[in-house]
Amino acid sequence: MSEATSQKIPVTVLTGYLGAGKTTLLNRILSENHGKKYAVIVNEFGEIGIDNDLIIGADEEVFEMNNGCICCTVRGDLVRIMDGLMKRKGKFDAIIVETTGLADPAPVAQTFFVDEDVQKNARLDAVVTVADAKWLSDRLKDAPEAKNQIAFADVIVLNKTDLVTKPELAEVEARIRAINPYAKLHRTERCSVALADVLDRGAFDLDRILDIEPDFLNADDHDHDHDHHGHNHDHHHDHGHGLKHYHDEDMQSLSLKSDKPLDPNVFMPWLQNLVQVEGGKILRSKGILAFHDDDDRYVFQGVHMMLEGNHQRKWKDGESRESRLVFIGRELPEELIRTGFESCIVS
Amino acid sequence: MKEFTPAPDSASIVSVTDRVKPVALGMGVISAHFLADRAVFVGGEENVAFVGSQGEITTVAVHSGGILSTASDGKRLVMGGDDGKVVSLEAKGEVTLLAIDPKRRWIDAVALHPDGAYAWSAGKTAFVKSGKNEEKSIEVPSTVGGLAFAPKGLRLAIAHYNGATLWFPNMAAGAEFLPWAGSHLGVTFSPDNKFLVTTMHEAALHGWRLADNRHMRMTGYPGRVRSMSWSAGGKALATSGADTVILWPFASKDGPMGKEPAMLAPLQARVSVVACHPKNDIFAAGYSDGTVLMVRLEDGAEILVRRNGTPAVAALAWNAKGTLLAFADENGDGGLLEL
Repeated sequence: MSEATSQKIPVTVLTGYLGAGKTTLLNRILSENHGKKYAVIVNEFGEIGIDNDLIIGADEEVFEMNNGCICCTVRGDLVRIMDGLMKRKGKFDAIIVETTGLADPAPVAQTFFVDEDVQKNARLDAVVTVADAKWLSDRLKDAPEAKNQIAFADVIVLNKTDLVTKPELAEVEARIRAINPYAKLHRTERCSVALADVLDRGAFDLDRILDIEPDFLNADDHDHDHDHHGHNHDHHHDHGHGLKHYHDEDMQSLSLKSDKPLDPNVFMPWLQNLVQVEGGKILRSKGILAFHDDDDRYVFQGVHMMLEGNHQRKWKDGESRESRLVFIGRELPEELIRTGFESCIVS
Repeated sequence: MKEFTPAPDSASIVSVTDRVKPVALGMGVISAHFLADRAVFVGGEENVAFVGSQGEITTVAVHSGGILSTASDGKRLVMGGDDGKVVSLEAKGEVTLLAIDPKRRWIDAVALHPDGAYAWSAGKTAFVKSGKNEEKSIEVPSTVGGLAFAPKGLRLAIAHYNGATLWFPNMAAGAEFLPWAGSHLGVTFSPDNKFLVTTMHEAALHGWRLADNRHMRMTGYPGRVRSMSWSAGGKALATSGADTVILWPFASKDGPMGKEPAMLAPLQARVSVVACHPKNDIFAAGYSDGTVLMVRLEDGAEILVRRNGTPAVAALAWNAKGTLLAFADENGDGGLLEL
């Protein structure tokens, strides 16, 4: 997707459980004075009242591809709508796809990986998940859809923070981080987030996979109401960064690192096989890799069984040639993945 | 056709590029047709352009948005748009509003019957209007991908997810469902009414022999098939989607079952659109690099109509007599060739 990226129309997927505030965020994006025109693909007309933009109704028709891969589902309606929209190229600058509250974001993302025609004209920019600070913790317990949406997100807008106390907010953030420590998290009231924080993120752009550190380690993203660097916490679950540490029973992230080079002839087949066999469990994957006898950084990313990867650029002088991989998924076979990864290291 | 005489000893391909009358349409083009003897190019949005024999262009506004679907019988052109309208354009340029979706949904597919009936779809619903009869509709399980009328009788094929539905709008009996897993987009009946063929979301065609609903899998394409055209008399179905034109044999009662397709006119580019000559065993093919070729079915002999080096060819059409070929690329640079 990094090829001729600039000419492709960016597509933002806006997801979130029922009542979290998707429509509020959408209306905010559309009504702000940004001079851009959006084509918005929605499930229900009527709640958005902006004349200037193209609003298209969708049916969320998900179908399986006939390629023997059960998790390889795409949004058929999206393929059709994108095809129709491309006839009006030049009439809009970006596309926003709003999913229903119960939707799994994977078929939307996969549509941009699988469909040749869609890929030619558009690029997936980011999956933005709106979460309700008051109710998300409950939903994570009883709604697998809500958990999927958090796990899949590149950006999480944690909304309605005015309706919870500070400890409640810390609690819900810790629950989010137990599932997805990598997404950018923004705390908002009435979805008042800077548009630059949700649009044009390039989260699926291989050239912009720069670092895959957990979001809360990135100092510039801190809300200073919360002293994440303080060390005098009273939480007994203190995990060194001030957040309570939760372990989500079925959705986790797994991070792997090695400062020794990997053998591409072992690593590539291992990764391919891993996503073929375990792709149903792996929602997202990303990696920056240092291969043996290779001066270029290799980057990859994946959604379930679909992977794309490329040499990104030369390793810089003095840059630590460290390989890092991240998997987010359901019931990840951690030992299997760790052992497999270690077998790819050149000893 | 004496013009169609490839020189057997020449290493280079015979070219008629110097005989093409260039047409600069100034708009993105999605399809071409002929109404009477004027070429009609359908734009990606709002307008169509009539092009006369001297290359003069007359633009007619037909939709207030994107144009999503077109069908023509040579006498009129029916179009569906993202403005929720179904409109008809006559040879003289008269535009008639045939239908408007009450919810302004996109009109994804249209079809035209030789006797004047027409069909359109919005979402999961297909509609038919024939003569003075009332408008009739049928709902299928998922969004309609394509529509086609059978050559005989008032029967409509509706392509959708997991198969196609065959429906007689004027009969009380229920519709017949032809199942096949996957998403079916385009659909066409063979001219002898014996076969139904769909283009699929994946790079394949699927067919059914209508006498016994036997399946025909037509696979092996590197890309999705977006264009199909029946050769004169329906002996072969020419298709896009590969770097050669793939022609499936339909002359026998078994159609392509157990047979290999013919592969003609190979280039280092993907075939984007095909149009068979209405009378002779010749077809025109447009490619992703802008090339247009005329090809003889019998031996694959080629004549160059347009050189490469432009965006993909988006539209090709022959007039009913087969004396004129119209083409245009995605950006609206087109041409007319008189044979």
